[in-house]
Amino acid sequence: MNAIASLILSGGAISMLVAIPFLAVWVLPHVYGIRLEWLFGIVIPYLAAIIFFVGIIYRVVKWAKCPVPFRIPTTCAQQKSLPWIKYGYAEKLDNPISTAGVVGRMILEVLCFRSLFRSTKMEFGAGGNIKYKSSKWLWLAAIVFHYCFLVIILRHLRFFTDPMPFFVPIIEKVDGFFQFFLPVVYQSGFLIGAALTYLLLRRLLDPKLRYISLPADYFPLFLILTIAGTGILMRYVLKADVVSIKELTMGLVSFRPVVPEGISVLFYIHLFLVSVLFAYFPFSKLMHVAGVFLSPTRNLSNNSRIVRHINPWNPPVKIHTYEAYEDDFREKMIEAGLPVEKEAALPADKE
Amino acid sequence: MADIPESWKVPPPKAWKLSTPEELVKDVDHRPLSLLGLEKGWMRTAPDVEIKPGMHCHAALPKRLETVDMPNPRQWSAMDEDWKLPRNWKEIILEGFKDRLGRFRSFQLFMDICVRCGACADKCHYFIGSADPKNMPVLRAELLRSIYRKYFTTAGKLLGPIAGARELTLDVLREWWYYLYQCTECRRCSVFCPYGIDTAEITMMGRELTNLLGLNIDWIAAPVAFCYRTGNHMGIQPHAYKDMIEFFLDEIENVTGVRMSPTFNRKGAEILFITPSGDVFGDPGTYTCMGYLMLFHELGLDVTWSTYASEGGNFGFFTSNEMMKRLNAKMYAEAKRLGVKWILGGECGHMWRVINQYMGTMNLDIAEGSKLEEPVSPITGTKFENTKSTKMVHITEFTADLIRHNKLKLDPSRNDHLKVTFHDSCNTSRGMGLFEEPRYIIKNVCNHFYDMPAGTIREQTFCCGGGSGLNAGEDMELRMRGGLPRANAVKYVHEKYGVNKLACICAIDRAVLPNLMEYFVPEVDVTGLHEMVANAMILEGEKEKTVDLRGEPLPGREESE
Repeated sequence: MNAIASLILSGGAISMLVAIPFLAVWVLPHVYGIRLEWLFGIVIPYLAAIIFFVGIIYRVVKWAKCPVPFRIPTTCAQQKSLPWIKYGYAEKLDNPISTAGVVGRMILEVLCFRSLFRSTKMEFGAGGNIKYKSSKWLWLAAIVFHYCFLVIILRHLRFFTDPMPFFVPIIEKVDGFFQFFLPVVYQSGFLIGAALTYLLLRRLLDPKLRYISLPADYFPLFLILTIAGTGILMRYVLKADVVSIKELTMGLVSFRPVVPEGISVLFYIHLFLVSVLFAYFPFSKLMHVAGVFLSPTRNLSNNSRIVRHINPWNPPVKIHTYEAYEDDFREKMIEAGLPVEKEAALPADKE
Repeated sequence: MADIPESWKVPPPKAWKLSTPEELVKDVDHRPLSLLGLEKGWMRTAPDVEIKPGMHCHAALPKRLETVDMPNPRQWSAMDEDWKLPRNWKEIILEGFKDRLGRFRSFQLFMDICVRCGACADKCHYFIGSADPKNMPVLRAELLRSIYRKYFTTAGKLLGPIAGARELTLDVLREWWYYLYQCTECRRCSVFCPYGIDTAEITMMGRELTNLLGLNIDWIAAPVAFCYRTGNHMGIQPHAYKDMIEFFLDEIENVTGVRMSPTFNRKGAEILFITPSGDVFGDPGTYTCMGYLMLFHELGLDVTWSTYASEGGNFGFFTSNEMMKRLNAKMYAEAKRLGVKWILGGECGHMWRVINQYMGTMNLDIAEGSKLEEPVSPITGTKFENTKSTKMVHITEFTADLIRHNKLKLDPSRNDHLKVTFHDSCNTSRGMGLFEEPRYIIKNVCNHFYDMPAGTIREQTFCCGGGSGLNAGEDMELRMRGGLPRANAVKYVHEKYGVNKLACICAIDRAVLPNLMEYFVPEVDVTGLHEMVANAMILEGEKEKTVDLRGEPLPGREESE
């Protein structure tokens, strides 16, 4: 599977995913008079939501059921040892020995991408002269992408709540801080596009990344890019009928689904792609969102010399006992003046 | 010196010769693909995967596996066409895979959550030094993940290569073997991974699987077999172990004029001391071992050595978790038999990862009913609270505490001819966090200390190139390539500050770094920490010292002839 094949596959998949609702909601009614809005507006979103929640729970339960036989944190700072050796906040967070430290470490990891922030770039010069430079671009793109995604999801609560939670207008206000145009331009939509484009270009232009990338890496990028693209189109270009859309979305969350008239096909494409993302999520690498919380190198404290960690399946093993060892070497040990448990057998006893 | 069985020392194959450092790095190019990337992807094995001489170790001899009841003992070589595998090898691997997915959350999780962001790609010393793209940590893991997807995920079963899945074939197995034994489980990549994915976990699982088919390397299997029977990796028998130490006593007496009298297997001692047998057998570890002897003597410590628990290291760790447990059991068993209060451990890397993160979990049951208690330094009264469950103290923790309390008479000027830098061992760094103790000691026993650049020390330290049982002779090219980042950082401080001594607290480092230095930075020599401590120590009743433990003249005290 080389980069070209991966790109064609994932690009092709996305084109198909766009074509399906387009054909079903736009072409079918025009040509055959069949209406399928109920399928794309109600059935598929419900199915996707069920797959999403059930799938995530299934995966997380499966992971959680797996035992953690050993306490194996990656220690990234000085350990807690002698009282006069500095063990301050930085150490508590990067080499925790308490639950509070672990919680702090996880917060930094999940909210600030601590480990990615460490990243360096290796430069291999002539004669094997190697340099390591700080490299924060991946961290920056990842942070921008994830936080924009969060903001966008929170903004979309506008469609699923009535009245809206108090924070939605605040987020909209902040997100639309630079009021260039009407309607207000939300930066998150464009920033996420920029971050995704960077992540995609990085995969394509860095030979190392191109080598390791699978279709499963390009597909979610394309999918989220297309979702963002259709969203932006609806908001700024082909103005969608927001009132009807809210009728549909409120119907979905109140379990009294309706399909209002006059919703554009673009919305159905957007909704279908979101449904695909939801349904794809539990079976894909996107599960890293849940997995990071369970990672034994991050969520355990480095205290196994202080508190015994229990391995639920600690296997009984055959060991070479001291007695067997002494039996092997008793004469030599006595000759060398090493203490022994049993004296050498008398010649008569050897029979 | 020690009676190492001749059969263990296998000469490298004649056809292969290590090139010069310049030639070695000449073709290193970290761009695995052309601009268009039209090449076949990494899932293809033969003919892309070629097991090269100099880049792998000899296969385990059958008798090693027989000693410890491991499967499929037979004569074989990685270069052979036929690896003499059992007929149902594929089932064995897949069953073993499934079993481990259910027993190790790390393994299951790390199979599932990688996003291939590539943050780890250029962090691996083997990738840096070889540019072989399959040495990128992410790809090393993908070699196993592709099989995981094929046999254990629905998408992989249905979509095959599109989902990144591939069939388990003999070529895949060869590829696994080649790259699993090109990883030193140093965990540097896991520092940078946003999800903490630890390639060491994946390599360990992969190696456990290869061991189900009898595919170990001899440099791991031999120490395991020796250690099981004689108590140490070198296969030193009890009388010879004592002889070795007594030889050191003569050496120490020559240099200092003081005769020491350590005890062995002594019941009722307060402390049991366990160090890697490499310190007893191989230079320059032997000088570190002399250092321990001098320190214990000077303190009048109530300590005993053991010929049964005569190995701190644990090559079982590189074989399987069961084997690690079998070999490690001797520590508590011997502590209990001798009735000691606590255990003191010598300078070693993976030994300390095992002690810090595995030993209590695995074997603390054995210590039940023993006289072990929370370690307290009999000299300073310091309670080692961080060891209260495991009851084993690292010697640098012990010595740093002594120095802090002014319990050692030190003359650092005796080390004035040394310009020292410190190599953080992977395991004590990323599996423990032992950074300040050794540095504190170094700064107190010598006057010229220079750290290597940030990004190459502490939690970001580089492997010596021969960890996890890869410190053989026949894989010297692999070792030099893997050691390049470390050597490069040493070279930097050598050129900048005139550093001429590379200190370390690991027996494998002491075995591996001298070759590496000789190859890349020949002006720099390797030392253990307690060798420097001993050289700086003013012993009670010592004669006028003119040379250090190596017999090299002390600065300003050359013998006038």
